[in-house]
Amino acid sequence: MSPVVHMMLFQCINFGKEILQEMDGFWQALGRAVGLIVGGDAELIGIVGLSLRVSLGAVAVACLIGLPLGAAVGAFRFPGRAAASVVLNALMGLPPVVVGLVVYLMLSAAGPFGVLGLLYTPAAMTIAQTILVAPIVAALTRQVVEDLDREYAEQFASLGVGPLRRLTALLWDARYALLTVALAGFGRAVAEVGAVMIVGGNIAHATRTMTTAIALETSKGNLELALALGVVLVAIAVAVTGAAMTLRASAARLAYA
Amino acid sequence: MPETALLSARGLAFEAGGGRPVDGVDIDVRAGASVAVMGANGAGKSLLLRLLHGLIAPAAGEVRWRGGPLDRAARRAQAMVFQRPVMLRRSVGANLRFALAARGIAGAERAARQEEAVERARLRGLAHRPARVLSAGEQQRLAVARALACAPELLLLDEPTASLDPASTQAVEALIREARESGVATVTVTHDAGQARRLADELVFLDAGRVAEAGSTAQVLDAPRSEPARAWLEGRLHVGAAR
Repeated sequence: MSPVVHMMLFQCINFGKEILQEMDGFWQALGRAVGLIVGGDAELIGIVGLSLRVSLGAVAVACLIGLPLGAAVGAFRFPGRAAASVVLNALMGLPPVVVGLVVYLMLSAAGPFGVLGLLYTPAAMTIAQTILVAPIVAALTRQVVEDLDREYAEQFASLGVGPLRRLTALLWDARYALLTVALAGFGRAVAEVGAVMIVGGNIAHATRTMTTAIALETSKGNLELALALGVVLVAIAVAVTGAAMTLRASAARLAYA
Repeated sequence: MPETALLSARGLAFEAGGGRPVDGVDIDVRAGASVAVMGANGAGKSLLLRLLHGLIAPAAGEVRWRGGPLDRAARRAQAMVFQRPVMLRRSVGANLRFALAARGIAGAERAARQEEAVERARLRGLAHRPARVLSAGEQQRLAVARALACAPELLLLDEPTASLDPASTQAVEALIREARESGVATVTVTHDAGQARRLADELVFLDAGRVAEAGSTAQVLDAPRSEPARAWLEGRLHVGAAR
């Protein structure tokens, strides 16, 4: 065997050993992460709890804004309606860091709302996530309501249904589809990292969410907590998708879809 | 215009795709009358019904209600049943309540009319079921009962039994006959000459958006004077002028 081939073989064996060691480290970290979840680690629970509070609050406010707004654009004909639809669709893709930056500037001491003292609080994070989620809720609601209105329009016109009753009826009859819209908004909010990092500051026990904690703990090399939070985040995503599918299936079964 | 005309249309036209699928239609519906509108596919029957109900605006001509304009109040004195019944994603009872609430009927009267409509549609025991799981025949019975619950003076029906089986057709026709007997005027679009005989005293035959012939149902069906009506009854193809 030539010295060159010998050296190459030696390098390959070493590389393989490194991979095995790293895999070993991953499984060990994952095991410890599961231990944190099963053991109900206080820090983990605190972070998950804050994430859920912020994201659920943001989705609730986003629904209060987005549902009637989207329904109005979907159900009524008015000048600029097409432009409003385009804007709503475009806003669905708002970059979180840009939203975070704008909210930061609004809430910073020099900003117009600085006097409220909201920067680096969960309220600021809720505001940022609301701005991200509201267009998603509004744009998807517009589509759902527009489709339903196409089906109902002649019957409503025949019955002489007024604008307010029409709007509320469309929202109510689209309730199952709109619940999945809200769940989609929640998925976006809970997985978001850029905006909450900027306006929340990732302060331990105050504004640290699952996503910001994962970013921080990974950079510190604390893989157990990062992985544990990752597992919880994925579990939430799976639960949200499962809930959406179950809702859709039960609505279809009852002919309410 | 006859003094007793409930609804009257003169020179009614509708434009679409550069043509006039309804063109210069005159029609009178007296209080309590039963009118059938027949014609080949594309003759403009359903469009005419929508024009009479004010669901679409005419390009020319006008529809008058008791000699006045076809305004919101006039439309509220009418009700329409569509070929495919539009059922809200709610229960049978909630569908009825919604229609009654939209017509400004509330409280005990709404409850009474809902109960009466459920009975009339022979849907007792199904009031809490989602309306959209009902069979096609049950849904159409509910649609007719819902329209009648609003106590209209004129009931417009757009092929109300198309694609229904004979038993369901019979049940829907029974509801329409009940309405006639209680004094509600009806305008029924149909492809079925037998149904026109069963449900209407007068018949308007449309061809390419125009009235080809109008008269008593028996006269138009037994001794048609116009070529489009004769051709249709004899099963011959008649191609009218494109509009």
